[in-house]
Amino acid sequence: MPGTKFTASVRKEASGSIIDLGGDIDRSAGVDLAAAYDDATGSGNGTDPVVLNFSQVDYINSTGIAVIVTLLAKARAEGRPLRAYGLSPHYEEIFQITRLSDFMSIHHNEPEALALT
Amino acid sequence: MALRRMRNRAVPAETAPVIPTEVIDGGAIPDNDPLFALLLATGGPVEVDRITITSPALDEIRQQGIQLIVPLISQGELIGTLSLGRRLSEQPYSTDDRKLLAGLAGQVAPAIRVAQLVRQQEAQAKERERIEQELRVAALIQQTLLPKELPQLPGWNIEAYYQSARAVGGDFYDFIPLTEGRIGLVIGDVTDKGVPAALVMATTRSTLRSIATQHDDPGKVLALANESLVPEIPPAMFVTCLYGILNPETGDLVFANAGHNLPYVRSADGVRELRARGMPLGLMPGMVYEVNSAKLDLGETVLLTSDGIVEAHSADGEMFGFDRLMELVGKDQEEEDLISQVLEELRRFRPSDLEQEDDVTMVAIRRASSALESASAFGDEPGLISTFTYPSSSGNERRAMDEVADVVAGLGMNGDRLERLKTAVSEATMNAIEHGNHGDPAKLVGVDVLASTKRILVRIRDQGTAPVPAALIPNLEAKLAGEQGPRGWGLFLIEKMVDVMRTATNDGHHTVELEMSREGD
Repeated sequence: MPGTKFTASVRKEASGSIIDLGGDIDRSAGVDLAAAYDDATGSGNGTDPVVLNFSQVDYINSTGIAVIVTLLAKARAEGRPLRAYGLSPHYEEIFQITRLSDFMSIHHNEPEALALT
Repeated sequence: MALRRMRNRAVPAETAPVIPTEVIDGGAIPDNDPLFALLLATGGPVEVDRITITSPALDEIRQQGIQLIVPLISQGELIGTLSLGRRLSEQPYSTDDRKLLAGLAGQVAPAIRVAQLVRQQEAQAKERERIEQELRVAALIQQTLLPKELPQLPGWNIEAYYQSARAVGGDFYDFIPLTEGRIGLVIGDVTDKGVPAALVMATTRSTLRSIATQHDDPGKVLALANESLVPEIPPAMFVTCLYGILNPETGDLVFANAGHNLPYVRSADGVRELRARGMPLGLMPGMVYEVNSAKLDLGETVLLTSDGIVEAHSADGEMFGFDRLMELVGKDQEEEDLISQVLEELRRFRPSDLEQEDDVTMVAIRRASSALESASAFGDEPGLISTFTYPSSSGNERRAMDEVADVVAGLGMNGDRLERLKTAVSEATMNAIEHGNHGDPAKLVGVDVLASTKRILVRIRDQGTAPVPAALIPNLEAKLAGEQGPRGWGLFLIEKMVDVMRTATNDGHHTVELEMSREGD
């Protein structure tokens, strides 16, 4: 019952990279998420967006929020947009309460997240 | 003429107690003496020398030199006699003398009768007051020793009913907290009534209490109680008693019975009896008590009763009886309030103008069929629905979250509000594991779910001693700029997720209480 392991895999599209997230996002996700981000941004254009796909994420706790805050700080420092889609209504509400949604746009689906310029 | 002495005889009284001061008169004529009937039949003065019957009273009268007996009769009852010795003139009593004496007796008799009745009533009033006082003492002993409140067991509804008869019987019941959340159930009945029964009840209760906490075997508890009670209880008295140990988590009930009425279980299939053999307590030493066990499933009720129910009589003298009670327990499965059902049937059976003969005691222990049912039984005041404990190791906050979610989903909470409560429970449990208990797996986090008809409360308790800090609003800009660490979201989130968050630190515990309204669920 306690948790499903965090997974992060990168897909590169013409207009940006997508990181497909799975399982639980808590503090233990930090290392894998940072690695996925580096993978996604390693050879690409410096300002191409990175899109986080949350549709296979079951659980995010406050330490997971901290992991996302860390990632968001890094992306902002690089001037790279970080976007999200596939959040459940509950976690979308949490992104609003924590004001993460003020700094990373929340989208309904992948094309919408990639289409934004 | 000399009025030598007046004999006085107690009025035979069927119902009133005989008053000793009026009986102790060596000169009274017993009402089975032939002289008694003779005087009553004659109705007027009788010369002793002319009496021919054989009578011990008459012999005594002759010895005392009495010549004339004048019966004092009031309303057909011989209430005394005037006894006269010889006339001073040595002449026999004349017809005029007799007329005079008869007239005198006719006037004196009613006056004496009235005086007798007044004295008798005074004595009866005193006796009644003494009995009332004794009943008050017995009632006080009993009320003092019956449980003041019922135990609150998660997932169980316990109800008890006790109505003493006017002459207080010796009924009692008790709940004894045991280890591992188990609870000892006692119902008993002391033979006899009033103060003696109340005192034996008090002794039995304290004996059982002290033995029950030391032994897990109900048969052994009753056997030891018996050994200790035999020398304490008067020979003519004994105590019937059922003792069971309930494990509220599993519904297992292990029990032994010292000659008490069998408990009945109301189940989906009807009714079953819980049988175990054993002699009443206090009769003789060396008794052995059979132990049996039963499992109470969800929605089942076990009913413990005293004699006052099955031995109640109708106006026609018919007994309520075990069969009637058993049948009642077996029907109307839907009705949850078994005690009210029995009382209603009892009221129908025994007309209200008939005095209650014996104490009526019932304890009903119902295993809730769902969390929702438990909560609705609590009314406005939240009661415990479920309780969990977790070692303080990482990941257990998710177990707490999922297990609490199962319970509150059963209470009808769903959708966004359920998700919010889940996040709050997970965060609060994680704080308890990491901050309160410093991740020490030997330290436990306790999670209680309480509910009323209006609210759901989740209490998360750790062994921390430092106060829980106030929830700060995290500054996201500062965090993104690297001026603050990325963490520090826990308490902020909890506070945003629930309707009310309360924290308390005392007795070596932190408690965080999360409250959600049930409106809209």
